[in-house]
Amino acid sequence: MSLVINELCVNCWACEPLCPNDAIIEAKPHFKIIADKCTECLGDYDDAQCASICPIEGAIVDEFDEPLNPPGSLTGIPYELAVQLIEKGRIAEAEAAKRGPREYLD
Amino acid sequence: MELPVLGQDAAATHGGGCSSHSCGTTDDQLGHLPDAIRAKVQDHPCYSEDAHHYFARMHVAVAPACNIQCHYCNRKYDCSNESRPGVVSELLTPEQAVMKTKAVAAAIPQMTVLGIAGPGDPLANPERTFETFRRLSEEAPDIKLCVSTNGLALPESVEELAKHNIDHVTITINCLDPEIGAKIYPWVFWENKRIFGVEGARILIEQQQKGLEMLTARGILVKVNSVMIPGVNDEHLKEVSKVVKAKGAFLHNVMPLIAEAEHGTFYGLMEQPSPTADELMALQEACSGDMNMMRHCRQCRADAVGLLGEDRGAEFTLDKIAEMNIDYEKAMVMRAAVHEGITAELDAKRAEKAAKTADAPKAKKGLRPVLMAIATSGGGVINQHFGHAKEFQIYEASEDGVRFMSHRKTDLYCSGDDTCGDGESVLQKTIKALAGCEVVLCSKIGYEPWGMLEEAGIQPNGEHGMETIEEAMLAVYAEMEAAGKLAPRADSAACAA
Repeated sequence: MSLVINELCVNCWACEPLCPNDAIIEAKPHFKIIADKCTECLGDYDDAQCASICPIEGAIVDEFDEPLNPPGSLTGIPYELAVQLIEKGRIAEAEAAKRGPREYLD
Repeated sequence: MELPVLGQDAAATHGGGCSSHSCGTTDDQLGHLPDAIRAKVQDHPCYSEDAHHYFARMHVAVAPACNIQCHYCNRKYDCSNESRPGVVSELLTPEQAVMKTKAVAAAIPQMTVLGIAGPGDPLANPERTFETFRRLSEEAPDIKLCVSTNGLALPESVEELAKHNIDHVTITINCLDPEIGAKIYPWVFWENKRIFGVEGARILIEQQQKGLEMLTARGILVKVNSVMIPGVNDEHLKEVSKVVKAKGAFLHNVMPLIAEAEHGTFYGLMEQPSPTADELMALQEACSGDMNMMRHCRQCRADAVGLLGEDRGAEFTLDKIAEMNIDYEKAMVMRAAVHEGITAELDAKRAEKAAKTADAPKAKKGLRPVLMAIATSGGGVINQHFGHAKEFQIYEASEDGVRFMSHRKTDLYCSGDDTCGDGESVLQKTIKALAGCEVVLCSKIGYEPWGMLEEAGIQPNGEHGMETIEEAMLAVYAEMEAAGKLAPRADSAACAA
């Protein structure tokens, strides 16, 4: 049982200090959750801490690849539009990844 | 007829008469401050309208995390063409930030102020932010330190801020009413939970107000920034202005909302309108009766470097500063000499203005004020070609003299052309940005813009090139009076009485 940070992550560091298990590490091209350490905060907090502060919809998913913050849930942007934006973000990320390693919001 | 130019000490030297801001008898947002505070801020480029032409500032982007979401912010993209808060190119560690600050301080000796403003919230990144401040206060003691925050984590940070000798804090306060707040802030992260809507906004507002009170109680100067969002908080900001002044904020800076669909923000995508230049100015005027207003803010990026309105960040990227060998002890000696020179020049100009103000004629004819747009590249002189102006300075001429009102950008916050925007020509955008102005003063102007400006009811004037702004404006104002164009308006009668 572990949450996963995917390629939508913008490396903003917000989640890293909150993890009660020190399961989140800075990595390239984006932050990672060490699966063995992640407990989804069970026993520590009511809500998974990383997913409670993450500002990016879709960037943190569960073991079934379901986003804890689905499109529109954080920004209030209507669902369909939010889905399109996330897709656009994914394409941009893939293109950026081809160009080489990236720093924060390059 | 000689019209006075009002200056830094206008409010102090004007005995009696109509001396409230709302009647426009002073051009200076610091005029009403007690001397002790004014001495602290008059050389700060972000607080003092005349200092910002001489002293520079920089932001270091050490604070990526944020603890709230604002509807005008998108944490996802950086566009290299954009210049607006929250946007950065390169995140720095505290170590790198200190290196960069010293490199800039040595290369740009007039840089006196270092701010941490993001790209997230500085106080949501306490370790990075305070490590940077701690090291700078030790290693570069001649630099003033500032921080800008949304206020959520402010109360718990006040002690630490005081420790690092931070004497200026900016809090962004957009509302006092949680119902309005819920339309601006979709959520806050508070005590290990994400809290949505009115409840989240209520917590944020409480923390902001508490933080403001704690800072002013400790003698730390507080400026309040507010984003004007038409139809959401525009009317409400008048109340905000009153309350924050009563709690001791020394300056209120009302800024226009930036909302474009291509930024991917909620407001941008939902087509929330931004205020027009004259709507913004009207609100600033409405607030100014109760508050020292700031009018020259440029809404900088979180990694801006240089004088306000310029960004020299590209000269100080990490690979470039790695090659610079900075002897900071030596740099400080040179910097002190440069600061002394600038201060002497500023003092002389302020004294000159004060002297002119002192022998101001008192009899009023009840003439109406006129807004004029100035094309200048600096130095208080009309020295720019209309078509080269990336921004205009807006001044008001009246019987009381000349006062600075605002900057209006022609290319707005984006320098991209073909790839973004809605196809409106630069000239059309410029004319729109000058709404409310009756005259444009520039060194030269082409045939096409001349005609279009006249059509829009704005008189172009290229006859005063290389003259000072004040002299030229007063000359034009006198010409307008002679031509009978300044008949008093009904609504100005109360002011003239």
